[in-house]
Amino acid sequence: MSVTPASVAPPEHRLAAIHAAVDTHRPRPGALLPMLHAIQDALGWVPPEAIPVIAAALNQSRAEIHGVVSFYHHFRTSPPGRHVVQVCRAESCQAKGGVALEEHAKRSLGIDWHQTTQDGAVSLEPVYCLGNCACSPAIRVGDEILGRVSCARFDRVIAELREEVPA
Amino acid sequence: MSIRIFVPIDSGALSVGAGDVAQAISAEAAARGLDIEVVRNGSRGLYWLEPLVEVDTHAGRLAFGPVTPEDVPALFDAGFHEGGMHRLGHGLTEHIPFLAGQERLTFRRVGITDPLSLVDYEAHGGFEGLLKAVGMDGAAIVKEVTDSGLRGRGGAAFPTGIKWNTVLHAAGPDKYVVCNADEGDSGTFSDRMLMEGDPYCLIEGMTIAGLAVGARHGYIYLRSEYPHAFHTLQQAIAKARDAGWLGSDVAGSGRSFELEVRLGAGAYVCGEETAMLESLEGKRGIVRFKPPLPAIQGLFGKPTVINNVMSLAAVPLILARGAAFYRDYGMGRSHGTLPFQLAGNLRHPGLVEKAFGITLRELLLDYGGGSASGRPIRAVQVGGPLGAYVPESQFDVPLDYEAYAAMGAMIGHGGLVAFDDTADMARLARYAMEFCATESCGKCTPCRIGSTRGVEVIDRIIADENRDANLALLDSLCDTMLNGSLCALGGMAPYPVKSALTHFPQDFGIAPVTAE
Repeated sequence: MSVTPASVAPPEHRLAAIHAAVDTHRPRPGALLPMLHAIQDALGWVPPEAIPVIAAALNQSRAEIHGVVSFYHHFRTSPPGRHVVQVCRAESCQAKGGVALEEHAKRSLGIDWHQTTQDGAVSLEPVYCLGNCACSPAIRVGDEILGRVSCARFDRVIAELREEVPA
Repeated sequence: MSIRIFVPIDSGALSVGAGDVAQAISAEAAARGLDIEVVRNGSRGLYWLEPLVEVDTHAGRLAFGPVTPEDVPALFDAGFHEGGMHRLGHGLTEHIPFLAGQERLTFRRVGITDPLSLVDYEAHGGFEGLLKAVGMDGAAIVKEVTDSGLRGRGGAAFPTGIKWNTVLHAAGPDKYVVCNADEGDSGTFSDRMLMEGDPYCLIEGMTIAGLAVGARHGYIYLRSEYPHAFHTLQQAIAKARDAGWLGSDVAGSGRSFELEVRLGAGAYVCGEETAMLESLEGKRGIVRFKPPLPAIQGLFGKPTVINNVMSLAAVPLILARGAAFYRDYGMGRSHGTLPFQLAGNLRHPGLVEKAFGITLRELLLDYGGGSASGRPIRAVQVGGPLGAYVPESQFDVPLDYEAYAAMGAMIGHGGLVAFDDTADMARLARYAMEFCATESCGKCTPCRIGSTRGVEVIDRIIADENRDANLALLDSLCDTMLNGSLCALGGMAPYPVKSALTHFPQDFGIAPVTAE
């Protein structure tokens, strides 16, 4: 589930990753979600060229595959920034200042939900509960969950992410 | 002998720095030449004290928290590893009132053991239930679960034994056990804590379910928001298989049971059991019509047991100690215990496992310590984003499935989210509709369209546009959603809206009705 910057994966590498994911999971019953996860884990998103490959492997139409990809919030159809930051919008976080944190996140990054900062460092996503409700408000950065996130802690996290040199 | 120091690896503890604390303790111990073993346990559920570090002593485990990496040198200076006092000390963990008053059955090992250690698991009663089940026939296992009074902990509270019985008697060689670990309800985290803190308990419960109904394959459908639980479960399944607790010969019984974890993809509606089956089959998470019941035609069209994590995790103890032991906890038709999850604006948020019958007031004040902000608690949302907002006047109703249903609320998965008196209930009602609109699967019109219209109508009420007419419209809309939706998402989204309107009308610009 780590997010690799899409910019470093050239199209031919992308196709190789797609085929590897499809071949690995094809024999499993209900293989589609495992395939899509594997592709997104490798590339950071599900690029359009994945759709016909999966459709052919599963003997389904491209429309059916597209329908599944677009149904689930987790799967992205455009490349994310170097880091995906999810801010929890659910009730427990709201009870502990989550709304102010949401607004701060959007304002300080200068973007809205589902957008990426101009320097390509951070994509901002809403999330509806990270199961960290006893340490609200919570955010997720990649596979790391952070709790008791004040606006100041949010800024420190973002500053650290921006300092990280792209691999 | 080395001193054992426990630092949780639970994702909630990690979210506030437990990983750095564990590293700091190891480094400091090495620098001081001390023989210390750092054990990564689950969380005790006392989250306001996380990272909660425990030191093993002859008298029991001593608690220190919340610990930051910067505190570590001073803790060693104070000799905390040899029972020394420090300002972060809380004495024996088991004596902390929050923990001492609990009735931990399902959570009896969580926070105590190393989650992935099979030795720890067996030393604390693990696999006793499975070993008993191996010597019983399916009908006898089902009877034990039925007699325990266990009801579905996901929220619907359907008797678990009756569901299992249907699958047991369903025809065909292929059956499945599916664990619903799509714990999407905000304010709930007990499934996550158990999967991260005692994964073998869930594995054991599912294996018992498999033996009971004659299923040879199980799936855990886990939400993608739980990356730590995913890794823990995968490791636990591999270790359990290597040790012969899973696979072609479960515990030497000659019967097989295979288990795998599947990740969801951020769709709340996949917590609805038929949408979850669709998702497992590789489709959009669209709700199915019922009948047929999943117990007759479930995953891949085969008879399927679907249970929540908490239901399945209660099963090993029921088998080990007998149905009567479990049934004697609780009140009325709500038998056993429920792991309540205290969240939102509370001083002491965390996990409290108690028998049914406890009141909200006891949970919020005696355990939760009142609001974190110090202001009065105004409303508590019980049972997730589709649960009602309960006002202070109802805090003394015992938490019992029937008592809550009678007042138009639900216990659901046992999550409590507390709000202080700064909460704007009209905005929270709007949020409930907005959430439903975001997460609707789109199959039925009342949910898909109704939720969007609901947001618009509430906006007009808040803006005082033709308020009376819009209030009547909202009432009618809620009625349509309640009675016309295919599943609980659209069918229950009106609960938070209507309860907010009923109990907090002033937030919508309506004068409260005063008793004559």
